[in-house]
Amino acid sequence: MRAFTYQSAGSAQAAVGGTSDKPGSSDKRGDGATVFLAGGTTLLDLMKLDVSRPAALIDIGEATQQLSVIEATAAGLRIGALAKMSAVANDTAVNRDYPVVAQSLQMAASAQLRNMASMAGNLLQRTRCSYFRDTTWARCNKRVPGSGCDALEGMNRLHGVLAVSEQCIASYPGDFANVFVALDGSVEVLGPRGARTIRAANLHLASGDSPAVETTLHPGELITALYIPSGPHTRRSAYVKVRDRQSYAFALTSAAVAMDLQGGTVRDVRIGLGGVAGKPWRSAEAEAVLRGQPFSEALASRAGEAAFARARTREHNAFKPQLGALTLVRALMQVHGMEV
Amino acid sequence: MAQDERKTEPDAAARIRETQASLARSRSAQAASVPLIGPSTARYESREKVTGQARYAGDVGPVGAAYAYAISAPVARGRITRMDVSDAQRVPGVLRIYDHQSMKGRVKPLAILGEGGYAATSLTPMSGPDIAHDGQIVGLVVAESYEAAREAANRVKLDIQATKPSACFGDPGLRTRPLSEVRKTKMWKDPKVGNADAAFSAAPLKVEAEYATPTQHHNPIELYSTTCMWSDGRLTIHEPSAGVNILKHGVAEQLGIVPELVDVISPFVGGMFGSKVAVTSRTVVIALAARDLGRPVKCVSTREQGFTNATHRAETRHKVKLSCGTDGRLASYGHEGSELTSRTDAYTVNGTQNTVHMYAWPALDTKVLMVEADRNTPGFMRSPPEVPYMFALEVAMDEMAEKAGIDPVKFRQINDAQTSTYENKRFTSRSVIQCLNQGATAFGWSRRNPRPGSMRDGDWLVGYGVAMASYPTVHVPAAVRVRVLADGTAAVQIAAHDPGTGAYTMAAMIAGQELGIDPQKVRVEMGDSRLPPGPLAGGSNTTASICNAIAQACSNIRVRLNVAPGQAVTMALTSGAVEEYLDWAPPGLEAAKAMTANYKGQPEFWGGAAGADALRFAFGAEFVEVRVHARTREIRVPRITGAFAAGRIMNKRTAHSQLMGGLIWGIGSALHEATEIDRRASKYVNDNIAEYLIPVNADIPAVEVIMIPEDDREANALGIKGVGELGNVGTAAAIANAVYHATGKRVRDLPIRIENLLPDVKRV
Repeated sequence: MRAFTYQSAGSAQAAVGGTSDKPGSSDKRGDGATVFLAGGTTLLDLMKLDVSRPAALIDIGEATQQLSVIEATAAGLRIGALAKMSAVANDTAVNRDYPVVAQSLQMAASAQLRNMASMAGNLLQRTRCSYFRDTTWARCNKRVPGSGCDALEGMNRLHGVLAVSEQCIASYPGDFANVFVALDGSVEVLGPRGARTIRAANLHLASGDSPAVETTLHPGELITALYIPSGPHTRRSAYVKVRDRQSYAFALTSAAVAMDLQGGTVRDVRIGLGGVAGKPWRSAEAEAVLRGQPFSEALASRAGEAAFARARTREHNAFKPQLGALTLVRALMQVHGMEV
Repeated sequence: MAQDERKTEPDAAARIRETQASLARSRSAQAASVPLIGPSTARYESREKVTGQARYAGDVGPVGAAYAYAISAPVARGRITRMDVSDAQRVPGVLRIYDHQSMKGRVKPLAILGEGGYAATSLTPMSGPDIAHDGQIVGLVVAESYEAAREAANRVKLDIQATKPSACFGDPGLRTRPLSEVRKTKMWKDPKVGNADAAFSAAPLKVEAEYATPTQHHNPIELYSTTCMWSDGRLTIHEPSAGVNILKHGVAEQLGIVPELVDVISPFVGGMFGSKVAVTSRTVVIALAARDLGRPVKCVSTREQGFTNATHRAETRHKVKLSCGTDGRLASYGHEGSELTSRTDAYTVNGTQNTVHMYAWPALDTKVLMVEADRNTPGFMRSPPEVPYMFALEVAMDEMAEKAGIDPVKFRQINDAQTSTYENKRFTSRSVIQCLNQGATAFGWSRRNPRPGSMRDGDWLVGYGVAMASYPTVHVPAAVRVRVLADGTAAVQIAAHDPGTGAYTMAAMIAGQELGIDPQKVRVEMGDSRLPPGPLAGGSNTTASICNAIAQACSNIRVRLNVAPGQAVTMALTSGAVEEYLDWAPPGLEAAKAMTANYKGQPEFWGGAAGADALRFAFGAEFVEVRVHARTREIRVPRITGAFAAGRIMNKRTAHSQLMGGLIWGIGSALHEATEIDRRASKYVNDNIAEYLIPVNADIPAVEVIMIPEDDREANALGIKGVGELGNVGTAAAIANAVYHATGKRVRDLPIRIENLLPDVKRV
């Protein structure tokens, strides 16, 4: 950790007022940036590891009251950026109407971390790639742009097989973001140039395409809210997470499924996949196999294969396409069997 | 009674032998009244611990302390050509930055524990530019705050001439030597009986397979910390230590001062599992920095630094050959173990010394190979020899039982050995059959369908597995002071250690029992080198060693005060106090020599296979149910039953906790724990407890511990065998065997992971 300045902001407006739209400002990636501090469960770790070296922190904890509303209406679910993961995971309406959202949060991290971590911070959680998190490794395009990637031939069991490249194979480690992208969510953003909305699908950049710049947020921009539109698919939904131990572990593979099932036919389906991709991943390929078809286990298997048709594996993650496909099949079977 | 003779006996050893004989006689007399399974007593210091009142070494924050942060080598092999500290020195608050040049010649070499020294590694800290392993301490920053020291350390630039390291088995550049050639101070003979090769060739049924266990790190919750302070040429070290006298003598030798000038204070240890016994590199450099700066210096290693500055369980490979007749009787046992170590030290666990006694094989042939790599020196980790070697043997036994078409419980009973074929020694007690029978009944083993893959519950494949646990019963010399006061209280002083095991409470219980007073009226002091030298916490010796020592000291007081057994000794005191200082040595050691060594912090172990008369071992049988998801192959352990016979149990509650903790660790060993190494660089990759997995509560739905009463006053006077390490022996094998039973897949490398059980891994 390196010396930094610290200020506290009582509102989103005040927080954004403390930044500017100059490159580096509110940019987690570069040295000397101004960075927003919410739960701190990723940022402070990375600062202690000397991976993140911001010059200034703007603590937005005091804006929690303003930014932690959880509101479920007929149109959709609106979640304040600073709502705690645990609050959303335990919300009655979320559990009833968006089980996949609640489950992805309940299965993430530990109770203590869920009580600390904010929803927007969770979306922006950074990779667990060991070569990124340990500065004694020379090559990491995410940490030192242009230096290469030590993970390619290293220990890469947790790394991605989709949205990765020779530049970077870091996987996006979170759970909820895969649900968020599958359900076509969006974030409301406030920045030095005003407010805007970004679709979840456009928020993250893939490790393989853009190792160092991870999101499309502009310098100085702060996420203020998350929004998920409701639909006939959101109630019949579930999150399946496969991991080495029963709790408190990152996904080896996970599958978020929301399905609109009418008389045995898949009218609509949304599929998110975790632990396997260089960004929160929605599988259009798997969805296309299922949409409009009468559901069967064989169809689910074909969807699983389609989801990983373009997977590129490495020495230790060669099992992921197979396990990821099986995970998706399991989630589809579970959702298909749900009483809603 | 023999007290009059004892008074006139000048020879200390003879006196002690006589006292022990006397004690044993009085024990036999009251044998019926001593319960084999003692009362269930909560730790007396438990409230202090759970409310944060207990003061651990890292809680010591002396006034005026400076803070140190170690600079770690970023490569595993190479030479430092330049250390640029200009940027680091500009960090406000930095007091001093040490490198190998400023430390050169200041630290004297120290041999490793077990080789005549006290150290965890024979690498002298910061003695030169050469790097022998990743994370080696190559510099030290001392600053006014921890944060400043850390920032400065991060700003130090190292120029290194790096050399390609050898990391693991199979890598080029390793040196492999038989242990029999390596051992410097101790003779090592690979156990061998008859002609195992010929027996194997002739036998109708055979198993020949290779097994592997990974590197593991202790990861105690309490980090490795050290605070050093000097006063009038006297050094006080606050460090979590399970060997305060080892640390005292080791650091004194490194500093070139007499040990009388070094005190080590460590009243509580927040977990250690073997990692806080030997002297690691950090302590002496912090002591030197404190002396240079003339103020206390405190250093708390990070979790990552703990992976390389302390020790770990070495990676091992095994080639096991078993053969048996069609009647299921074993004909031969072959075991070649290979252990990975550093280039600086041949640290070995040589587990064949214990596995050879497991079963009634008429012929056996074993060998241990040491493989030297560019790694830090491994060290003791809970059940050091048994965890890897018993894993290999107990999975091979499962494979052999299946070949013979015999139930694996019955197969082990058929081959039980009341006398070991190696050196033809009997056991003082061996309750293998009872453990298997009681464990199997409690677990419901009879419900097992022997056909692999035949049991299922919904989406989950179900498997049952069994394996044996064994652990040698060892004792270490101990000095103890017992003081009885007229107010009805007593005090016990012994520099033993309580790394969470309940040793404080046990010491109070045995003293209370022997003195005839309420144990809560016994004040126990431990974990301080200024106390009479007690045993290190290792080899599960503490309960047997300290209870025997304390009991004897108390018995001597009873004799001196002439109070009959069963009555409170304090009744004979109307004023003042009576004190007994006793040097206790295990009966098999030459007392005078053992005590001299004890006062030098060189504790001699005795027991296990060392007794000329008989073998002293505890045993257990472990039964597990595993569930493997039929589709996605997650492996879970919904329940586990362990039945153990380990002599007299002093405290039912803390013994239960030790055995339960062992079983849980065994689940971790089987399914979770492994330190991953990047083979190109010989660097640990998952050096944090987010990616280095251990079981969480959700992984442990049900653990059943059965303690079988076992009366063995031959093992030692009190009949205590020790349970600290027994519980996690064999557990991984039981799980591997259950995974095979559930899925039909035999996994011989640990940990067993989902990808090992997928039907067909696609290689893209």
